[in-house]
Amino acid sequence: MLPLHTHGIVAAPVPALLKVLGIAEALSGAYPPGKVAVDLRDGPEVDATALGAAGFAGIVTDGPVERHAVPVHVHSLRDGAVVAPGDVVRVRPGTGMVSNLFRRGANANTLFATERCNSRCLMCSQPPRDDNDGWRVREMLELVPLLDRDLPWLGMSGGEPTLLGDGLREVIGAVATHLPSTGLHILTNGRTFADPGALRWAAPGVGRTVWAVPLYSDVSWRHDHVVQAEGGFDQAVQGIYNLAEAGHRVEIRMVLHALTVPRLKPFAEFVWRNMPFVDHVALMGLEPMGYAKVNRDQLWLDPLDYASDLVDAAFHLHDRGIRTSIYNVPLCVLPRAAWPLAQQSISDWKNTFAPACGGCDVRGRCCGFFASAGEGWRSRGIKPVNGGHHGG
Amino acid sequence: MGERIAFKEMAAFRPVTPGYALMPFRFARLPGRQEVLLTNEVGEFAFVADADLRALVAGTLDRGAPAYDELASRHFLAEGNPGAVTRMLAAKYRTRKSALRGGPALHLFVTSLRCDHSCAYCQVSRQSPDKSRYDMSPATARAAVDRMFEVASPALTVEFQGGEPLLAFDRIRQVTDLVLERNQAEKRDVSFVVTSTLHQLDAGMLAFFRQHGFKLSTSLDGPAWLHDANRPTPGRDGHARTLAGIALAREWLGDAQVAALTTLTRRSLDHPEAIVDHYVENSFRSVFLRPLSPYGFAVRAERRIGYGTADFLAFYRRAFAHILRLNREGTRIDEAYAAILLTHILSPFPTGYVDLRSPAGAGLGVLVYNYDGSVYASDEGRMLAEMGDTTFRLGSVHQPWQELAGSDAMATILGAGVAEALPGCADCAFLPYCGADPVHALATQGDPVGHRPTSAHCAKHTGIFQMLFDYLADGDPGTMRTFLSWVTHQDRDSLAGGAC
Ligand code: SF4
Ligand code: SF4
Repeated sequence: MLPLHTHGIVAAPVPALLKVLGIAEALSGAYPPGKVAVDLRDGPEVDATALGAAGFAGIVTDGPVERHAVPVHVHSLRDGAVVAPGDVVRVRPGTGMVSNLFRRGANANTLFATERCNSRCLMCSQPPRDDNDGWRVREMLELVPLLDRDLPWLGMSGGEPTLLGDGLREVIGAVATHLPSTGLHILTNGRTFADPGALRWAAPGVGRTVWAVPLYSDVSWRHDHVVQAEGGFDQAVQGIYNLAEAGHRVEIRMVLHALTVPRLKPFAEFVWRNMPFVDHVALMGLEPMGYAKVNRDQLWLDPLDYASDLVDAAFHLHDRGIRTSIYNVPLCVLPRAAWPLAQQSISDWKNTFAPACGGCDVRGRCCGFFASAGEGWRSRGIKPVNGGHHGG
Repeated sequence: MGERIAFKEMAAFRPVTPGYALMPFRFARLPGRQEVLLTNEVGEFAFVADADLRALVAGTLDRGAPAYDELASRHFLAEGNPGAVTRMLAAKYRTRKSALRGGPALHLFVTSLRCDHSCAYCQVSRQSPDKSRYDMSPATARAAVDRMFEVASPALTVEFQGGEPLLAFDRIRQVTDLVLERNQAEKRDVSFVVTSTLHQLDAGMLAFFRQHGFKLSTSLDGPAWLHDANRPTPGRDGHARTLAGIALAREWLGDAQVAALTTLTRRSLDHPEAIVDHYVENSFRSVFLRPLSPYGFAVRAERRIGYGTADFLAFYRRAFAHILRLNREGTRIDEAYAAILLTHILSPFPTGYVDLRSPAGAGLGVLVYNYDGSVYASDEGRMLAEMGDTTFRLGSVHQPWQELAGSDAMATILGAGVAEALPGCADCAFLPYCGADPVHALATQGDPVGHRPTSAHCAKHTGIFQMLFDYLADGDPGTMRTFLSWVTHQDRDSLAGGAC
């Protein structure tokens, strides 16, 4: 698991956001030289002075170099693998911290929109904070033009991205301008869009955005309880309809735990009856982080005990032509028939395996566990899958 | 980690005083069943105990009762702010009635009344060599195509009917060419259907049909002894020629393009299994079991070939049980009418079927251009006119659609064609899946509104709905899987789950 940060020697006048590129790509002119740091590690010998003359913003080298004429010089990284050509990094002269904001080729790249949120979900993995983080919009606007143009998907999460208001519109607009072929996948609780006026913030995303809205029940009070927000269900439903009517694509997200599973099957019928237009339904195992840990007693349900309800609900939707996926549930607790719906989903840097997984034949296709999960969050049903005889 | 917060209990998100608003619904008690069927305005349904229904309407249904969540989920009741529930109901209603949006999508062209059959129940056809008298003239055809394109519907189905339309194939060709020519600018989603005995099919016609993606629909009443008794031809080989036509059409156009439907005479009623099996043997995946319609010669021949609704329903139940058995054993075959009704019941979507809608499909979902230049609201309306009652004649193909839509005939349909406003239907639990049929009501009861307790249309539908909901209440997993395969048009075996 590759860390997101490392330290090194950063010679720079001010903190900077830079696209790291190998020399050939840097010279291709795809990105403005003023935003590019040329990675000279394991490359051919290059005259660093000439790079300065060509207007490049910086260089990354293994160690110190005698002469160069670029504003930013990063070298002697403690963990050189944190930075690779194609990545976008933030470098800070004072502390020498180098942070990776975009990793070329990663299975998920996500913009972190804000730490603020208007809900307080019982299982929130990233508990919100009310800090003023308006700087994040500026950072995203600086970052987006530096992303790979062939990126198929870009995620956005938070917090609640719609709280950025006009800032959200600007960021989506920047994606539309700089990454015309990239799809956006935005996690939102949808409540803001209950007000049709808020749709203007989403407008530049029509045709390129999937809004992933959590819905935790078919009845309002159960959903409101889970998200700890009165009116949360009504607003999410209105938001989903407003988005769909404005031509947006919508994904429904359900997190599986003791408060949601009891109505999972009627929930599937509810989605089919009320929002058969949705693009995708994601049924997701609980992530044992943040508030989920605090509320473990209320939430924990062994996947082994909900697998059959889960599979019924998933197939209820799937059979009716609604694309449905299962996330974060290990294959060994699912009947084999449901494996095609199971996604190997946990981001590269988040997943891990149990000792038992060592001898498992399907490890390569399995989501494994969140690295953050302790023993107490593991199903008693974990057992290696071998040969063709497993099935629930 | 974020701020420390005190999480609230679920009760904090419900009104302090228990209470809920009732949303529009209807109910029915099915013969021989304890639980009561509830259906709401948008076609969702629930079976509840009688005591729960009474508590529900009294406003005292306990919020902890399992039925409470079920009824809230399906929008029979709304707790707290009903805003989102109302929005969802509105969206579902709009979806159910969405066929109204573009106006008539089905356009029947009666290109010729001539026919070489003399079916006992046939309403209108003529055995006449006189082309000029019973074929649609080129000028009429041109005007009819103009009318069709005045309608806003983005999808248009052009269906050729007769008589035997293949006896006047040059008319089919002319209309098709006109339609395609106009459509270069109109860019509608146009499809073509011919309803025919298929006896006259030849390679030239088939090449034309293949070129333009035609579907063919034919009549197959069952095995030869039944079919030929119902549909006499001079050569007494009608059945053999129909099967030969089906084989030829499948060869040229593919199996999926060829459909068949039955007409049931009194003779048919003793042989439900034989009729269904005949369809299976001939590789059909669908059989449409249609009772006789009360028009034309059928009325005159009533005494010889007719029967009552109870007899039909007994036949239908037997045939249906047989079909379910076949499906369970791995044969894919549906009953087309039940598949339509089940789609109304088990999905949020309407079907393209025009004969069972509210508002009625006549004039709103379908228009008929008769060979003589008359425009009718439906095929049944045209048959009624052949019997001398022109109530459902909108006018002539040479009048603009605006004028036809404003005709007395349309006023009659709109006045009597909204089931939600008809005595009997207005309170019927099957209403969301059923439809108004003012043409049938006028033909059989002398009045377009009709009288439900004595209506054959209502008796037939009540019987079929009771049967279907009985199966749904039983919930046998095999049957539910079969139903779902019909509604979703998938192979039964490719369904992973299968419960409804
Ligand atoms: S044993 Fe481990 S790798 Fe295998 S299916 Fe279970 S969780 Fe996945
Ligand atoms: S026709 Fe009969 S079954 Fe149909 S809605 Fe009316 S009353 Fe109900």
